[in-house]
Amino acid sequence: MLIIGIDTATMQVSVAVGGHEGVLASTQSSRGRQHAEVLTPSIEFACKQARIELSEISVVAVDLGPGLFTGLRVGVAAAKAMAYALDVPMIGVPSLDLLAFPVRFTPRLIVATIDARRGELFYAFYRQVPGGIQRISDHQVGSPDDLASELMASGEECLLVGDGAIRYSEVFEGLKKCEIAEEGFAYPNATSLVMLAHAQALREQWVKPWDLQPLYLRKPDAEINWATRPGV
Amino acid sequence: MTTEENPRPYPAGMRILGIETSCDETAAAVVVDGHHVLSSVVSSQIDIHARYGGVVPEIASRAHVELLTPVIARSLIEAGIQDDHVDAVAATVGPGLIGALLVGVSAAKTLALVWDVPFIAVNHLEAHLYAALLEDPEIELPVVVLLVSGGHTLLVLMEGHGKYRVLGSTIDDAAGEAFDKVARYLGLGYPGGPAIDAISMEGDPQSVQFPRAMLNEGYDFSFSGLKTSVVNYVRRNPEVHTADVAAAFQEAVVDVLVAKARRAARDHGAKGLCLAGGVAANSLLRERLLDACVTDGLRAFLPSRAMCTDNAAMVAAAGWYRLQSDGPSPLDTGADPNLRLVSTLS
Ligand SMILES: [Zn+2]
Repeated sequence: MLIIGIDTATMQVSVAVGGHEGVLASTQSSRGRQHAEVLTPSIEFACKQARIELSEISVVAVDLGPGLFTGLRVGVAAAKAMAYALDVPMIGVPSLDLLAFPVRFTPRLIVATIDARRGELFYAFYRQVPGGIQRISDHQVGSPDDLASELMASGEECLLVGDGAIRYSEVFEGLKKCEIAEEGFAYPNATSLVMLAHAQALREQWVKPWDLQPLYLRKPDAEINWATRPGV
Repeated sequence: MTTEENPRPYPAGMRILGIETSCDETAAAVVVDGHHVLSSVVSSQIDIHARYGGVVPEIASRAHVELLTPVIARSLIEAGIQDDHVDAVAATVGPGLIGALLVGVSAAKTLALVWDVPFIAVNHLEAHLYAALLEDPEIELPVVVLLVSGGHTLLVLMEGHGKYRVLGSTIDDAAGEAFDKVARYLGLGYPGGPAIDAISMEGDPQSVQFPRAMLNEGYDFSFSGLKTSVVNYVRRNPEVHTADVAAAFQEAVVDVLVAKARRAARDHGAKGLCLAGGVAANSLLRERLLDACVTDGLRAFLPSRAMCTDNAAMVAAAGWYRLQSDGPSPLDTGADPNLRLVSTLS
């Protein structure tokens, strides 16, 4: 079973190919908003390096978000198109899971964070379990101060990971028992995506391309304004 | 680029999948050799945007992600292509809403990569020009094209494939935008074009004389003053019939559009006049343009309503001509929300 992983939900574009033997090849580039330009050549390059043909792929995995809407959609649109063209199933993995996975060897509470812009973070809590991680909260949107108060209230030792915690490091550095994981862990990547998707694929936990939906966590502004318009 | 002695060997019978996501229509189509339409599927988001009185970019982009794969699947099934793939994939890369464009471009490049066929980047405005040729491939050039939609108002001289000259454009609102704004002001709902078209049938276009901006000067258009005149008139005459105002407004817009298109055709020795874009579905505009062509001895190209509004058949058609002239586009192509209509001549 060969899985391709596509991740464009943050500033980074990352593609990986792998399966039973682990990850065979991966690419990573951080050209900011150039997601569409970078992604297609990255897919081509990763397959070439892994010495596989696209037609050999049996599952398309994609980072579902939350993240930057426009970038996220570039990856989801490409992944859906690929799964459709290859006639294979898809597996969507939330971006916050992908952030928590590489730091799974800590016994501390793992807090995955993504910069949601507008002074907010997307975040969720995780714990180490045999062979991986387990999410123990919903995906949330909130200000760095909201998250800091939650952490203070829990009083637990925790490891914050992701570009959200790094951007607002001054809010978290003051907290006792809290540490921020270094820059190298700041973005989700397709290597974790292929590994997590592989575990799901073994259990056939997959969906058809048209059933897969991105995790936005935020309604479009127009919808929010409509719902809160005067007179409602 | 193609060399003169050795044109690219694209055999006849080429099936091109077109993909269009520049605004609020999610569309896919299969067209053979730039004119034989095997399928054309359009999923409109008008209902989703109606309550906001216009297209909301973020909502449009989300809808494209959801609708695109099913729309592509349907276009291939309707074209009778199931196990086999197409020979090239063309997608609109601009102008349009950046987030919306990227959904289509990203999916199209991926399909081209998986199927190992050329990807073709298509200019949305060029695609509109080719909408008329789709239904009338024997078009005799040069023709003057009046491209009028919610986003664009262009008067283009088409001298050959890929050879255009933009003669004029709007200096403020697009023609379709003027329809939307006036319809909203008159309480006729969204989209404004069809609403004004319908209610005008019951109104007297001569009841009010709205200004015809820049009627006799140059090829550029201006519609914001007209909109202001409508607002001022209704304020001063609150008892006026909405149908009369709508009809008089429509009359003023169509007068200017047809007068300039006609003059452009005469000045440049065009063989015909061609309509394109969503506003080209307007009944009065079609009627007047046809009359003008009869009087002036020009051929009239009036695409069907389905080909006027955004669709992917026109993208596949324009893509076929682009492939012949420029070859495939690179896979690191992105989207350009402000892309302009550029001629290969200039
Ligand atoms: Zn258009």
